[in-house]
Amino acid sequence: MEKRVVFRQTFLPYLLLAPQVLVTLVFFFWPASQALYQSVLREDAFGLSSEFIWFENFSALFAEAEYLHSLEVTALFSLAVATTAMTIALYLAVQADRVIHGAMVYKTLLIWPYAVAPAVAGVLWMFLFNPSMGIVVFALRAVGYDWNHALNGHQAMALVTVSAAWKQISYNFLFFLAGMQAIPKSLIEAAAIDGARPARRFWTIVFPLLAPTTFFLLVMNVVYAFFDTFGIIHQVTEGGPAGATNILVYKVFHDGFLGLDLGGSAAQSVVLMAIVILLTVFQFQYIERKVHY
Amino acid sequence: MAEIRFNKVYKAYGNNEVIHGVDWHIRDGEFVVIVGPSGCGKSTLLRMVAGLEVITSGEIFIGDRLVNDLEPAERDIAMVFQNYALYPHMSVFKNMAYGLKIRGLPKQEIEQRVQKAADILEIGDYLKRSPRQLSGGQRQRVAMGRAIVRQPSVFLFDEPLSNLDAKLRVQMRLEIKKLQEELGITSVYVTHDQIEAMTLGHRLMVLKDGYVEQLGTPIELYERPATSFVAGFIGSPAMSFLDAEIGEDGRQVVFEGGDRLAIAGRLSLDAGSRVTVGLRPEHLVRTEEEADSLHIKVRVVEHLGADTLIHGDFGPGKADLTIRMDGIEQIRTGETLRIKAAPEHIHIFDPETGGRID
Amino acid sequence: MVENRRWLNWLTHFVLIIGVLIVAFPIYIAFVASTHELDALLQSPMPIWPGDSLIKNYAQALGTGARAVGAPVWLMMFNSLVMAVGISVGKIAISMLAAFAIVYFRFPFRMAFFWMIFITLMLPVEVRILPTYKVVADLNMLNSYPGLIIPLIASATATFLFRQVFLAVPDELTEAARIDGAGPIRFFKDILLPLSRTNIAALFVIMFIYGWVQYLWPLLITTDEKFYTMLIGINRMIAVGEGQAEWQIIMATTMLAMLPPVLIVVFMQRLFVKGLVETEK
Repeated sequence: MEKRVVFRQTFLPYLLLAPQVLVTLVFFFWPASQALYQSVLREDAFGLSSEFIWFENFSALFAEAEYLHSLEVTALFSLAVATTAMTIALYLAVQADRVIHGAMVYKTLLIWPYAVAPAVAGVLWMFLFNPSMGIVVFALRAVGYDWNHALNGHQAMALVTVSAAWKQISYNFLFFLAGMQAIPKSLIEAAAIDGARPARRFWTIVFPLLAPTTFFLLVMNVVYAFFDTFGIIHQVTEGGPAGATNILVYKVFHDGFLGLDLGGSAAQSVVLMAIVILLTVFQFQYIERKVHY
Repeated sequence: MAEIRFNKVYKAYGNNEVIHGVDWHIRDGEFVVIVGPSGCGKSTLLRMVAGLEVITSGEIFIGDRLVNDLEPAERDIAMVFQNYALYPHMSVFKNMAYGLKIRGLPKQEIEQRVQKAADILEIGDYLKRSPRQLSGGQRQRVAMGRAIVRQPSVFLFDEPLSNLDAKLRVQMRLEIKKLQEELGITSVYVTHDQIEAMTLGHRLMVLKDGYVEQLGTPIELYERPATSFVAGFIGSPAMSFLDAEIGEDGRQVVFEGGDRLAIAGRLSLDAGSRVTVGLRPEHLVRTEEEADSLHIKVRVVEHLGADTLIHGDFGPGKADLTIRMDGIEQIRTGETLRIKAAPEHIHIFDPETGGRID
Repeated sequence: MVENRRWLNWLTHFVLIIGVLIVAFPIYIAFVASTHELDALLQSPMPIWPGDSLIKNYAQALGTGARAVGAPVWLMMFNSLVMAVGISVGKIAISMLAAFAIVYFRFPFRMAFFWMIFITLMLPVEVRILPTYKVVADLNMLNSYPGLIIPLIASATATFLFRQVFLAVPDELTEAARIDGAGPIRFFKDILLPLSRTNIAALFVIMFIYGWVQYLWPLLITTDEKFYTMLIGINRMIAVGEGQAEWQIIMATTMLAMLPPVLIVVFMQRLFVKGLVETEK
């Protein structure tokens, strides 16, 4: 789509674009190109000399058991967060869509966690599950289950998953509810007249019509779990115990900042970039679909 | 106030030429209408006068100024848009005052001018409202008010009435005509509606595919259409066209099936030349004479009260022919009528070029 | 829904209330913790009803902060506010200008600039941590407000949003403005800006939250506690090593850290939802 009417200034458009472009160049393109460049270099410990080594950093990376484990952990974590947050949100949205009076109130009460920072969500849940003082841990002990996520990797994974999913429910809820309210009431009524009971109506009419929303949310949840949950991991587990919650984003931060491995960290960055590009392509697939829909 | 002159004006988008050379002189105070079907280039031509489209080649003068390279605001024009183009976030007053404010007029004068325009258009009560709160007709008035307050030397109208319902359209048409006569400002009006064109314009330009088909007063266009396109476009119900040949003596046209009509004067065409004959429905009358008449088989009869429209089939080819008769005529479907037209009302066109043959 | 059976309605409300309670539970506990003395929290189990130290704890947090961190929470709150407002205003300003240029002008390399801005979608901070840190360090922007704000204000999302908004503005309005004598700057100021104000407000809500919840970036570039944002402050309060974390202060700070963005979501819900939906298009 293009405008028919345009202004005929020569320099003004460049002036208008300058701030955005400048920030983009200095803080996006230059660093990204540096990451690309360093990912094919080996630097000595003092940064005095460097050597061009093609893809050695990458082959080293994928040979590293720790990195492969991190990939696995990330996949598991994002899948768990996406399914948990989406299932609960969809269930709540179905209920909220059914409510005639007070729907607005429920909506308000369910969406505010969107504004809670992931790092804060981590703190809240960490406090509940604090091995020495957490109230949930106390309750678990009372029924004979011992909790210490500082030692038990599965428990650590469960805790960061719950923290991450808890915050994401609100987002999914909003989009599911909007998606459901966009379905024409007459469709549901027609199905009811055809004799379909509520559960059947949901699975044969509502759920298929929600497919584009579901797909979109799946991508958004995976993006969220990949990148936005850094704060949760950093607050709650710091990737531990024994790398059980060491997701890619945390690892790239840890290796680069604390481990000071430039080439390896750069190679990890490049892999992450590839993942983002892939996810963005998926996201655009969704927009295409929405157009056809 | 000013005259407008077009001097070999062309417009092209890339290699696609859409206006193919317009020469025209619009006199000071004249109300002219550019009329044609959609896509004929009429709006493009108007927008070139406004400065909203670049002139590919040729010259446009407003008064004695060459305006090709002037910004719209420097051309001393005002324009009324089809969708009114009122600024939705400004009150009616601010909409009308905006151009004056930019020009840096003193506040008091702005208020005076807006008030005066509002009085003329009878929108004084709405000045504080936002455009959203107005009806279509009121918005139309505000759009005109915005043009009037500028006191420009030229008014440009781009299909200003096409978003209104039929009744309001007739009313606003009269008001625009009255307003233009009172203010005496040179006006160029674009429309696809030939009735608007005929009723409003001192002179008309009929445009088709970027070519000027004819320039002239409404009566000229009606009485002596230069092309079969103009003939078919101007007048309602539309003219009927029949294929025919020139008779032996050049004073008659002969139709398939043998019917003949006498024509005025003698054509310099060979006998047997093929021509297109145009007949206006209102010029056809019933006759009892066998000679100089056409036999029509009635297909549909429409009673409109004031007059009766008869759609008939003519000749072996069953060509369409429309006849308009005054009052209520009791005619049945399937009946055969004999009709004729006075020689001066028979229009003859070249079937290839569509040009008029005299 | 079509059925209107009473027990079904009750069930629906029941499920929703359970959902609301689960969502609210962690925050309730945090609030309770912020109203007790540390001793009470270290009991097993910790209390589940609010205590009477609310004012004392919040006053201590705001006034002096936790012992482990040498900065009061009011300062952190101010820093978070500067960062969130700076990022949202910055993003909106530069994105509007860029979108204006791309939509309303024709100039060489227009599409190149467009794609350049688009590609930033694929380059979140997380994938270029080290080199970006280095740029900011080289520019002497560590431990500074510009350092917290400027690297985060480029926005493809906001630019596209404004592009959509501007494209939807009828051409005739621009033409009318030009005939009225408005140049591009004037048109931007008098017509586009007021016409986009709800979009601006909606975007501001989203971007404010985005700015407020930033964690990784301030974690990297603030080492001076004068520039800690609330989230970094909380992290530092917890990381006391062998010492005892002051949980009542941490939880008070956590409550305070949630307050501004949550209030915005609750009280500007319409704008918030509009912004959320629009920025995801």
